[in-house]
Amino acid sequence: MTCSEFLALLDDLIDDSVTPETRAELQQHLHGCEHCEVTLSTTRKTIEIYRSHEIYDLPSGLRERLHAAIMSRCKKGC
Amino acid sequence: MSTIQPIAGELEPHPDVALVEQARGGDVSAYDTLVRKYDRQIFRIAQHITQNREDAEDVMQDAFLKAYQKLDQFQGNSKFYTWLVRIAVNESLMRLRKRRTGKMVSIDEDIETEEGSVPRDLADWAPDPEQNYGQAELNEILRKTIQGLPQGFRIVFVLRDVEGLSTEETAETLGLSIPAVKSRLLRARLQLRERLSRYFHRKKGAEK
Repeated sequence: MTCSEFLALLDDLIDDSVTPETRAELQQHLHGCEHCEVTLSTTRKTIEIYRSHEIYDLPSGLRERLHAAIMSRCKKGC
Repeated sequence: MSTIQPIAGELEPHPDVALVEQARGGDVSAYDTLVRKYDRQIFRIAQHITQNREDAEDVMQDAFLKAYQKLDQFQGNSKFYTWLVRIAVNESLMRLRKRRTGKMVSIDEDIETEEGSVPRDLADWAPDPEQNYGQAELNEILRKTIQGLPQGFRIVFVLRDVEGLSTEETAETLGLSIPAVKSRLLRARLQLRERLSRYFHRKKGAEK
């Protein structure tokens, strides 16, 4: 397996949607290729960081204000 | 090595279905529950697309009001959340168009990049690289980095990886084909990874 072939399957590997056979081939490539190993681990980390950090917070004061505005209009039938 | 599990679509009837039914029947408090359940996500998505706080506030209000008005059109063959996200994405794009009058805004813009090229100059990251930054500084880095992505990549990444929609749901929400979503997702992930490397790479000579 070449690095390009590995990369084409990177998302499927990360999203855990590869067959056991393909996974074995990917793992085999990883053993001998530090470049792809780093690509995989840092791409995983990228996703994890964006998932675990709320970069656009909705402060509770604003949340309540928006909520009240939505519900008062819904009660009037919008 | 940790595995990131995909967030798969549920097969059982979703608990939202009952709430939607009640709201349709005029029970405003049932709709209130739905709003509280998803307002943070809708606000985040609107912020990611419009990149403007005031617009995101307007989008959030308009999306929930529009969804309420259109509840009768909700078919139940998609999840309420996915349906709501689609309304919010459309509202966000409309808001952007208003702001940038004369400039075409679509999720198809800026997607001409090299297909899945192998990353160059690859440096490994420090262990727990985010620990090297304070919370505010880290958020600024993450915001700046994702804002630099082409719009069409950013929306796919946000829906798929941040908000947990499936590939199919993301495709349906954005009116894209599944291969288009997959190709954008890969490029979005790789571009973000490359951009974050500037901040997170292991310092030369640092212990492994």
